[in-house]
Amino acid sequence: MTDHGVRTRPWTALVRCQLLSLYAFAVTAVGGLVVLALLLLPVGAGFPLLAPSARALRSLSDRARRRAADWSGIRISPPEPLAVDGAASRRARAAAVLGNEGFWRDLAWAWLEPATGGLLVAVPLALVEYGAFGALVQPLVWRRLGDGNWYAFVLVDSAPAMLAALVLGLAFIAAGAYGAPAVLRLHARWGRRLLSAPATTELRRRVSRLTETRAEALDIQSAELRRIERDLHDGAQARLVALGMALDRAARLVDTDPAAARDLLSEGRETSARALRDLRELVRGIHPPVLADRGLGDAVRSLALDAFLDVDVVDRLAGRLPAPVESAAYFAVNELLANAAKHSGAHGVSVLLEHVGGALLRITVADDGRGGADESAGGTGLRGVRRRLSTFDGILVLRSPRGGPTTVTLEIPCALSSPKTSSC
Amino acid sequence: MRVVLAEDLFLLRDGLVRTLQDHGCEVVAAVDNGPALLRALLDEAPDVAVVDVRLPPTFSDEGLQAALEARRRRPGLPVLVLSQYVEQLYANELLADGAGAVGYLLKDRVTDTGQFVDAVRRVAGGGTVMDPQVIARLLARGDARGLTDGLTAREHDVLELMAEGRSNAAIAGGLHVSESAVAKHTASIFAKLRIGPSPDDNRRVLAVLAYLKR
Repeated sequence: MTDHGVRTRPWTALVRCQLLSLYAFAVTAVGGLVVLALLLLPVGAGFPLLAPSARALRSLSDRARRRAADWSGIRISPPEPLAVDGAASRRARAAAVLGNEGFWRDLAWAWLEPATGGLLVAVPLALVEYGAFGALVQPLVWRRLGDGNWYAFVLVDSAPAMLAALVLGLAFIAAGAYGAPAVLRLHARWGRRLLSAPATTELRRRVSRLTETRAEALDIQSAELRRIERDLHDGAQARLVALGMALDRAARLVDTDPAAARDLLSEGRETSARALRDLRELVRGIHPPVLADRGLGDAVRSLALDAFLDVDVVDRLAGRLPAPVESAAYFAVNELLANAAKHSGAHGVSVLLEHVGGALLRITVADDGRGGADESAGGTGLRGVRRRLSTFDGILVLRSPRGGPTTVTLEIPCALSSPKTSSC
Repeated sequence: MRVVLAEDLFLLRDGLVRTLQDHGCEVVAAVDNGPALLRALLDEAPDVAVVDVRLPPTFSDEGLQAALEARRRRPGLPVLVLSQYVEQLYANELLADGAGAVGYLLKDRVTDTGQFVDAVRRVAGGGTVMDPQVIARLLARGDARGLTDGLTAREHDVLELMAEGRSNAAIAGGLHVSESAVAKHTASIFAKLRIGPSPDDNRRVLAVLAYLKR
């Protein structure tokens, strides 16, 4: 799970810290309620209380997860939902709560968050408030306090000392404000540590996802094989049969009607050329030769040369990628370029290929068109690309505001398989 | 004419050697892999090399790379590249040094031996021969971007043949018109495409390709 650098402005971050610190009180209250319910379980009084309080706690922790994602770009995987609604009896509901791993995590969070997270977000707030006291209050009050008072390590008893306190106060405010985004991020990361779904849940999800994408990959593959078989059968194979028949007739005619035989032979040559063309198109659709020869960078460059738009390719790949990834990425870029040509009304497209952090292929395709691309509104192209990428745990992010421009980012986790070698 | 031939499939290599010999060419070396090709090109200094793009040991673009390398060391060494596919990227790389004497043809053009040997001769003579498929794609692209809008249908035909590397005489023969008519069309095309005319066939192709690549 990667952190996406969400930039937050200092004052926004400060307000959010304030909200989080107030929120910690709510968490404490609900956490206390849950513990009360647990303590009352042996005497039976806890049963009606446990499910609702657990649900309240879950809604608080869900909100905390959402905020971590919205405010700091830190994604926290949610635990399995509390299955309390379906259960018939109070006892069964309580059992469902107690058996939910996420519930115990929520509870631990409820107890730790006010002390640790709340304290953390209080730091920038305290800095700003204390700074405001130095910068705003000290200049006005120091004269009236007789023999001066201490502000931080400054004894405010003269005008220069007052100025020093003022500056110090401003510095505290600045430190608080500019530290706030970092503190917010730290808080989110701490939240992730406490609130992430347990490892077993993650694994279970991963397995079901893999099963799903494997089934999809097999579907795609068998559909592809069927298409190849059909194309061969209807194309090259049929033409070669026709060629054989023409040659046979030519052989029979060669003595009796040499002119007709010659016609048949030249027709035969034409048929063989057509068969070759069919085969060529077929191979191109399976695995483009330039991709096999040169890898993704040059293959995309070749697409750019064939495109009717101006396509600018920047290739920052320092080597070859695993063949299946190369192929998936190539066909994805092909689809995106075709989309840009068909729908965007763009003049130019830029394609950036890069390998980030040694583990991720990132392809950015941006056009200067009118935007407004909508995946849900028809067009199976993007959905197909997404499906193919999902086999590699890849993702596709489409940004296409009305009025443009459209930017599509593809990310596929993979390592560079071999360093670029210069042949010859 | 002394020819070096590189083709890894025995059947095709044998057929090509026969074809070339039938037309009075001397095949001084027939090799089946990239390193051997580079050695042969540098040792034999042939009048022309006929090279398959994909060769062992890598079975990628080994043949093309060897040809390009040989031309780096011996500028202007005539090379005719054959390929199962025509890639504009490869055509551009062959044309990049601007020295001419290059050809890039689909492999199946060899089924018309007369045309094939004619192409070999033209490359050996310093001409530039591009496969009609490359030209067609370039022209389609130029059309789509409105670069060739001003051309008449006949001028379009002439441009196509011109880009393949044909001389005015050959174009006249192909289109069944007089040579002076072709010259007139050519001048008009150059004027419309704003390319300074030149008597040199090879620079003509380069100019057309360069223009359409834009």
